Amino acid sequence: MEKIVLPDIENIHILDVYIENGGFSAAKKAFAQTSDEVIDQVKKSGLRGRGGAAFSAGLKWSFMPKTTDKPKYLCINGDESEPGSFKDRQIFEYNPHQLIEGILITAYAIGAKVAYIYIRGEYHKWVKLMQKALDDAYAAGYVGEAMKEKFGTDFFCNIYVHKGAGAYICGEESSLMNSLEGKRGYPRVKPPFPAQNGLWGCPTTINNVETITNIPPIISKGWDWFSKIGEPKHPGTILFGVSGHVNKPGVYELPSGTLLTDIIYNYAGGVPGNKDILCVIPGGSSMPPLRGDQLEGVKMDAESLKAAGSAIGTGGIMVMDEDTDLVKVLARISHFYHHESCGQCTPCREGTGWLEKILKRILAGNGSVSDIDLLITVANQIEGNTICALGEAAAWPVRFMVTRFRDYFEARVSKEVNLKVANKVHSMRHTEFPLAEVKN
Amino acid sequence: MSNSEFKFSPENIERINKEIAKYPEKKPAVMATLYIAQEQNGYISNEVIKEVATILEMTSEDVLGVVTFYTMYFQKPMGKHHIQVCTNVSCMLRGGYEIWNQVKEKLGLDNMGVSADQKFSLEEVECMGSCGTAPMIAVNEDYYENLTKEKVEEIINSLK
Ligand SMILES: Cc1cc2nc3c(=O)[nH]c(=O)nc-3n(C[C@H](O)[C@H](O)[C@H](O)COP(=O)(O)O)c2cc1C
Ligand code: SF4
Ligand code: FES
Repeated sequence: MEKIVLPDIENIHILDVYIENGGFSAAKKAFAQTSDEVIDQVKKSGLRGRGGAAFSAGLKWSFMPKTTDKPKYLCINGDESEPGSFKDRQIFEYNPHQLIEGILITAYAIGAKVAYIYIRGEYHKWVKLMQKALDDAYAAGYVGEAMKEKFGTDFFCNIYVHKGAGAYICGEESSLMNSLEGKRGYPRVKPPFPAQNGLWGCPTTINNVETITNIPPIISKGWDWFSKIGEPKHPGTILFGVSGHVNKPGVYELPSGTLLTDIIYNYAGGVPGNKDILCVIPGGSSMPPLRGDQLEGVKMDAESLKAAGSAIGTGGIMVMDEDTDLVKVLARISHFYHHESCGQCTPCREGTGWLEKILKRILAGNGSVSDIDLLITVANQIEGNTICALGEAAAWPVRFMVTRFRDYFEARVSKEVNLKVANKVHSMRHTEFPLAEVKN
Repeated sequence: MSNSEFKFSPENIERINKEIAKYPEKKPAVMATLYIAQEQNGYISNEVIKEVATILEMTSEDVLGVVTFYTMYFQKPMGKHHIQVCTNVSCMLRGGYEIWNQVKEKLGLDNMGVSADQKFSLEEVECMGSCGTAPMIAVNEDYYENLTKEKVEEIINSLK
């Protein structure tokens, strides 16, 4: 299987090795075309964002105004703080120059002269690795003013690394822009969208690290080649991060549409002790959890997962075996969103606190059946009533976990049933679960 | 300490100027400047906030707003070795809470506690992006992954 984002080439993170392997030839090719031609190829390739929402990259670029007297900006989202996600750090470490080249091509396509790579603060090591790669690329004349001569064009772009400081919400694109501007990372009300009113009020495009690392191969090998990899409606490879109860956790770059069970049992080596799977969250902790008996035939791409009642998110697959305490898991997830809520909207600020409180009550053995309904009520009140999608991120895991594992939660609030028995009850009663609609 | 002024070292002023040069205005350099200040001063004091505000032409309130929004700026001195333990789901599934309890007990500290000799401080952190190499702890800027209780014991014992 061909790997596009993390190719098996030794030392590809070193500039010379990258260049020996055809590095920066895609940029040269792109600069010889018009920006519209470049956007058109990315559109046709079918590339969709890898940061969570799986939005068409080419379409997003085309929203940037063609004529404006304001500067335009590109932001690369490397905040990577969604629990279960650890893929962008692989790019910073193992293939940073392909990201840099992707940034140059994207900046050219949208007409940006400055790009910022926003990297989460905890990634000290990866900030340094990315900065080192950037320094090398600058020194060799591939970035900044010098690239005019290198590539023989009028176009040039500066790239800077901006280090975050520990706030999950800064991965949300408008929060990221406020954070970059030196403000508290509060998400902004949309519209206006970033393409109209982004960084410092100027047209801005925001893309995920993995999304942009796909660009050079699309340009050099052609949109047609890319569009044929994996599932036609969400083509390319995806960096799947597998964590939790598997024998070989890690990041696997595989074609979109690879079977979830194939990833878990084949690539990630199956479940320790050959236990059954109780639950899988397929796209990072914000995405709707799937039951163990729902995994057969589920393909890992945006459309298939939507049909299966979840979403691709960041491709972070969290596997939980039959002995997992799901109440504990959900309480921990709810603690996270409560902790990370920026507090601007009442439904999110208060609601996430309620979700956590109720789940901790159930966990402590003081829950009742009405608490289960209360969880769903609170989740429903958050969803759709907030400025940013952290509201949904907090509500989805609760609403879907509780409805899909209703029998399990009922067993857990009954004083007579202990955890082991609750897990048994669930695995014996494969109830018809409501395939509740997922709003994307 | 609270009455003494804070001034950046000349080398750090140079670093701050490099940060400012990345942006069309000074304010966006606040995050990097606060990191530099924390490195020099150990934590973000009121004097630091004042000085950062002056240098970046911001109000002290705006700088304080940034300091309190992010979890990685500290308004009190932390330990020489700041130990961060991730207990989020992927780590939890692989023993994150066992390690959290182990470290808590070993250091005799609670969340955000600092030892009397200022050698250690402890923080329960959210997902650090090491889910595939869980469980993990971080000591200051360094990640330690794929941990067992024995390895954690060794790491902490090795900290001078
Ligand atoms: C609460 C929240 C956190 C997010 N965190 C990230 C993140 O860490 N990295 C990321 O690329 N996108 C994140 N996103 C999605 C971004 O808002 C944005 O959609 C994405 O960066 C766009 O890039 P893409 O189109 O290339 O996927 C987050 C969204 C929300 C609502
Ligand atoms: S939904 Fe939550 S995180 Fe998003 S803006 Fe509102 S309060 Fe902040
Ligand atoms: S859950 Fe601990 S590093 Fe992701």
